[in-house]
Amino acid sequence: MPEVKIFERPKCMTDVSTHYCPGCTHGIVHRLVAEAIDEFGIQEKTVGVAPVGCAVLMYNYINTDMYEAAHGRAPAVATGCKRVRPDLTVFTYQGDGDLASIGVAEIVHAANRGENITVIFINNAIYGMTGGQMAPTTLLKQKTTTCPYGRDPKVNGYPIRIAEMLATLEAPGYIARVTVARPKYVIKAKEAIKKAFQTQIEEKGFSLVEVLSTCPTNWGMRPAEALKWLEENMIPYYPLGEFKLPD
Amino acid sequence: MSNRVLMKGNEAFAEAAVQAGCKYFFGYPITPQNEIPEYMSKRLPEVGGVYLQAESEVAGINMIFGAAGTGFRTLISSSSPGISLMSEGISYIAAAELPCVIINVMRGGPGLGGILPAQSDYFQATKGGGHGDYRLLVLAPGSLQEATEFIMMAFDLTEFYRNPVMILTDGFMGQMMEAVEFKKVKLGYDIPDVKEWAVGYMAQRGKRTLLKSLSLDPEVLEQHNQKLQKKYRLMEEKEVRFESANVDDAEIVIAAYGTTARIAKSAVKKLRDQGIKAGIIRPQSLYPFPYKPFSELPESVKHVLVVEMSCGQMVEDVELGVSRKVPVSFYGRCGGMAPSVEEIEQAAKKALG
Repeated sequence: MPEVKIFERPKCMTDVSTHYCPGCTHGIVHRLVAEAIDEFGIQEKTVGVAPVGCAVLMYNYINTDMYEAAHGRAPAVATGCKRVRPDLTVFTYQGDGDLASIGVAEIVHAANRGENITVIFINNAIYGMTGGQMAPTTLLKQKTTTCPYGRDPKVNGYPIRIAEMLATLEAPGYIARVTVARPKYVIKAKEAIKKAFQTQIEEKGFSLVEVLSTCPTNWGMRPAEALKWLEENMIPYYPLGEFKLPD
Repeated sequence: MSNRVLMKGNEAFAEAAVQAGCKYFFGYPITPQNEIPEYMSKRLPEVGGVYLQAESEVAGINMIFGAAGTGFRTLISSSSPGISLMSEGISYIAAAELPCVIINVMRGGPGLGGILPAQSDYFQATKGGGHGDYRLLVLAPGSLQEATEFIMMAFDLTEFYRNPVMILTDGFMGQMMEAVEFKKVKLGYDIPDVKEWAVGYMAQRGKRTLLKSLSLDPEVLEQHNQKLQKKYRLMEEKEVRFESANVDDAEIVIAAYGTTARIAKSAVKKLRDQGIKAGIIRPQSLYPFPYKPFSELPESVKHVLVVEMSCGQMVEDVELGVSRKVPVSFYGRCGGMAPSVEEIEQAAKKALG
């Protein structure tokens, strides 16, 4: 019987093991981004911008031209690249510390200018790379190494809903929130990531997909527990859905 | 017929960049350099380029990082506090070996300081500014004509070395008007094709490019630093620029750059008129610094006087060059004050005793 290939690595993913912890969802999201780039056939015309955070090494896994930006500045780097080379597809991949804390000015203004770039925003409610500190998206009462008694809104305010906040702006073309906590969500996440790239390819402006993700290591949970915790705690506060669609 | 035009400094800087083929500018308003972004916002659309106002200097320099990564010529300008904000990004650009030209139209500091001219960012420009072992190639023009030529040359230099080049000037130069002629300046260096390293050429190159500064492996990071240091040594060999006058028989040599050198030249003339043998050395490149004219001063020189619009920064490099062979003294005004010809004259007489 001839060999039939039913599953393979996306063309624009490199053939190496990732450095991510067991149960971390970065690998799934990387794959979805790579699949989208492959399906549009734009590998050689795509430029990624890696953040500071666990995904700083994204350039080791996604095989396109790539920048590695300073903490929070990926949307500015992407802006500079896209303004000079509008023929390229430019995306950033940023975590919650990078995008929602130190890089809040860059993301708001890139969105507000309607920069024709795509942003993949990983929200796992914690700083992963530095070892589990509080993020702007850390849930109330959630314990981290810098809010060991649980996040108290009187001290640290409330978790920021980035997708909803950016959707109040006029310019963005596509804004959605998805998760990859179960296969059914992964299918939706893939659709949203493709729509985001489609928005850019059709020159309909800024697109962002917020992906609710896990950090089992810093949450102090087993991978399966982490997925369950995400569903039970993050989805109620961060509702899934599309907040802005291109005209 | 001459093509000389009367222009304001900041506008002449901007036009020189346009004539050098720079089509991409990312700016943020700050006095006294606002005419640069204003001029670019009008001029760049005429040449099919892009002017974009960033949300901050921090964003602006990172837009430059992105734009420079395409291999096209890019410019950013600011004044002292804005350059401080850009310093992180400049360190990343130097580390990632990307070309760009940065103009600092200096004003008085520290902190918010004032909006009047100063030269108090010498240390920041020549000794680092941001973190890590990197250098900027720093050029300090002494007239608007020279500024236009240095800016055009800066684009060749930044591409040849793949290292940011800074034009260090001040609010006087930015705000004054002078006749300039835009002469094409070409260094004639063999500049490698940007397709070898820039984004957007993966198909032509047959492999992707990575524009990054992260190296978690200490051996790799050390090797990268050694590679950068090699470039800086080459700059020290090839890019030292200075002008000197009346040094051969001088008993006192005045060292000054930029605006201060213009004032010092008048002081030298007045001192000569009074029979005092004064000369001047004007560094045009601040990094690499022209140590040699100071280490090889003629026997006649009894004293070196450094004049700056700062509390004494370049004086440290002059002292390194002179190496205690003759006394070095300093006269400076700061905070937006400039030394007068008479003040420099008096300082020179005092130094000679």
